[in-house]
Amino acid sequence: MPVESLFPRLEPLLPSVSKPIQYVGGELNATVKDWDAADVRWALMYPDAYEVGLPNQGVQILYEVLNERDWILAERTYAVFADMEAVMREHGIEQFTVDAHRPVSAFDLLGVSFSTELGYTNLLTALDLAGIPLHAVDRTDDHPIVLAGGHSAFNPEPIADFIDAAVLGDGEEVVVAISEVVREWKSEGRPGGREEVLRRLAVSGGVYVPQFYDVSYLPDGRIQRVVPNRPGIPWRVTKHTLMDLDAWPYPKNPLVPLAETVHERYSVEIFRGCTRGCRFCQAGMITRPVRERSLQTIGAMVENGLAKSGLDEVGLLSLSSADHTEIGEIAKQLGDRYEGSNTSLSLPSTRVDAFNITLANEFSRNGRRSGLTFAPEGGSERLRKVINKMVSEEDLIRTVSAAYSHGWRQVKLYFMCGLPTETDEDVLQIGELAKKVIEVGREVSGRKDIRCTVSIGGFVPKPHTPFQWAAQLDHETTDERLRKLRASVQSDKRFGRAIGFRYHDGKPGTIEGLLSRGDRRVGRVIEAVWRDGGRFDGWSEHFSYERWEAKTAEALADEPVDLDWYTTREREYAEVLPWDHLDSGLDRDWLWEDWQDAIDPSGAREVDDCRWTPCFDCGVCPQMDTEIQIGPTGRKLLPLSVV
Amino acid sequence: MSTLEGTPNPEAPNPQLPIVQKLRVRYAKRDRLRFTSHRDFCRAFERAVRRARLPIGFSSGYSPHPKISYANASPTGAGSEAEYLEIGLTEPCDPAAVRQALDDSLPPGLDVLEVVVAGQGALADRLQASVWTIRLPDVDVDAAQAAVDAFLAADAVEVERMTKKGVRTFDARGDTLSLGVAAADGDQPCAILTVVLRHDTPSVRPDDVLAGLRSRGGLQVEQTPVAIRLAQGPLDEETGTVGDPLAPDRDAP
Repeated sequence: MPVESLFPRLEPLLPSVSKPIQYVGGELNATVKDWDAADVRWALMYPDAYEVGLPNQGVQILYEVLNERDWILAERTYAVFADMEAVMREHGIEQFTVDAHRPVSAFDLLGVSFSTELGYTNLLTALDLAGIPLHAVDRTDDHPIVLAGGHSAFNPEPIADFIDAAVLGDGEEVVVAISEVVREWKSEGRPGGREEVLRRLAVSGGVYVPQFYDVSYLPDGRIQRVVPNRPGIPWRVTKHTLMDLDAWPYPKNPLVPLAETVHERYSVEIFRGCTRGCRFCQAGMITRPVRERSLQTIGAMVENGLAKSGLDEVGLLSLSSADHTEIGEIAKQLGDRYEGSNTSLSLPSTRVDAFNITLANEFSRNGRRSGLTFAPEGGSERLRKVINKMVSEEDLIRTVSAAYSHGWRQVKLYFMCGLPTETDEDVLQIGELAKKVIEVGREVSGRKDIRCTVSIGGFVPKPHTPFQWAAQLDHETTDERLRKLRASVQSDKRFGRAIGFRYHDGKPGTIEGLLSRGDRRVGRVIEAVWRDGGRFDGWSEHFSYERWEAKTAEALADEPVDLDWYTTREREYAEVLPWDHLDSGLDRDWLWEDWQDAIDPSGAREVDDCRWTPCFDCGVCPQMDTEIQIGPTGRKLLPLSVV
Repeated sequence: MSTLEGTPNPEAPNPQLPIVQKLRVRYAKRDRLRFTSHRDFCRAFERAVRRARLPIGFSSGYSPHPKISYANASPTGAGSEAEYLEIGLTEPCDPAAVRQALDDSLPPGLDVLEVVVAGQGALADRLQASVWTIRLPDVDVDAAQAAVDAFLAADAVEVERMTKKGVRTFDARGDTLSLGVAAADGDQPCAILTVVLRHDTPSVRPDDVLAGLRSRGGLQVEQTPVAIRLAQGPLDEETGTVGDPLAPDRDAP
């Protein structure tokens, strides 16, 4: 049955909403396919505004991987702003895709990519506008299967009531596998309805269907157990890992929007995974092992991406880009190729390492020397050992000294506050470090106008990390520590203006903590907040801590748990964590030992990187049957193809 | 409109190649891409230039900018068949090939209609007036005609518009050179206005004419109107007609 475009009804309303261009689609390299010619149809959603969601690599990659198959159709949808939501409700217009403006409710699957838990309320808006019942159990065979992915899907329990399924890990292969299951089920005439297709997905062990698991609780509120409630449903669901990134050079046809977006560049993921072992870092833990793209593939992707998009900026992305085994050659050879072309290359440089300055110099041959960012994360050397971020003060000073002597005038340092075992003294050390940075900068550059910006984020313990058992610092104490830090820096007249602070209050971190380590009971909180008007919680101008606090208290009034229980409470080894049945490959005992190594009263023990030292048995490779894939290849960039 | 003239300063960082050819471009904003703002269009056009691999000139300095100047862009939400810009190239190119390459590099709806080599005189000086058509769904032709008659009968029609500096009041009548009404084809009632507007400061826009028709002629518009610029160019003061701004370039030796 043909599905009609909602655009003719939408078009007359667009002049009345802000930034209408975000709703019209028509991007370069967007795909519109014949509805009736496809066997399986996906709506892919990034649950934030178009300007944030469009550049998202995950969605762009899956959009292209799916649309390359002639039997699959994929379109995109994003969170609409409040003014548009009101207009849509007033005129009865459903949540639509931007590609062909088809109603989301008509698709077979709605795949939602969660980079952050603060997108959960936007999921509810989209479901509601699409006419899809908020609760999975209320959906019929006519509704799409709502599927969550992205890093937050490693603990989807807080949204378990709202999704039909979740997928952990890399999506490239599993989206096609899911499509095959759905196609077969549809071609058989949909036997057994919705429950049967979900069962077929679940028995594979690679798709988590929350409604097939029962959670029981102990009287004190902790989880007693999580048990499959149907025969054949596996006890644990495993993550997906894409091997050989050279075989998957996506995005090949990057989407180029007309609207202004947060990232206006062509991004190439130069490797996936990280084994540096920073204990706070969920991304590093859940994306193991390291899989590099080769220098030649990176070069070909950059060339193709620039030609297809017309963009003039390239970002070489990964969790720690300077760690690519051939990053020096990549920087030099790309620098040579694009010198004088008004194309700029950027490397989000986060490691404190003098080698980074060499790279930064290669990437800024056109003469721009604005700012460099480093992330020591912890203010004191003791604390950096606790988090396993092995940077000595000497390293840092040597690195910034090199930066300032090469003409860089601004260094940005990123830290976290609220790390396990942290004291006021550790945080005050951030200020001492910043002062030393300015001192050495003035000395080597002979200039007075150098600056150091200290950017501080509140630490939120995340699932599948050694800190998953840690108590989160309450936002009052966090804010108080940072007040002391600011006062100590500003009291010193020699540095007052040279050191800048960037810090927002700690309240959103508390809610992020609730949503990160929450269980299914937190779903009630999310729904209550959404019903009370909660939207775009990742935006400080829309986020309301008071609303979240009040609705958490209300929704959990009959439970032995509360906001503090989820956030500031330290967990014991024996406690069943909400995500224990979801397998990231990490060995639980290894995580616990790493946690104990971090908080050892006689001093933290560090763990090295398994790329350069023997395996330390985190468990991922044997559990997932994967291996480290790194160079160096020793190759040169392939010559540019003649157009 | 900024100028493309000038030789690069060899002292500046990133010295660039000199401009050897200037091309003038007429393009259209159609269908759903009429919601492209001018800033959005600028970004899209710069990318199209790179995709088309044109030998575009750049300004020197720390932050080199491509040599593109835009003239009198239409407001966001209005369609247009007659938008103009000028580009500076560092190698001479065939205008027809440039037109094809740019059009292929822009999404459908942003369409490059014509490219000519720039002759003498500034393009902006030739853009003296515009012809607009305004579609008014659900508006009866007779009602529209009555409002138009009242509007034209007035010497001045004050309208208000929200600007960055607050509400501004100005006359919408003086620069309205002609205003006609016709019925659209089809079963549904729909009036179509054709209006010629002189470019002035502040420039009277189709929205301002509608505001004037509402205040002076009592015109009720429930459905969202759609305005499309059909032409802009030199104004023949005697006949009130709008000419082709690229004609002098096309005819140049």
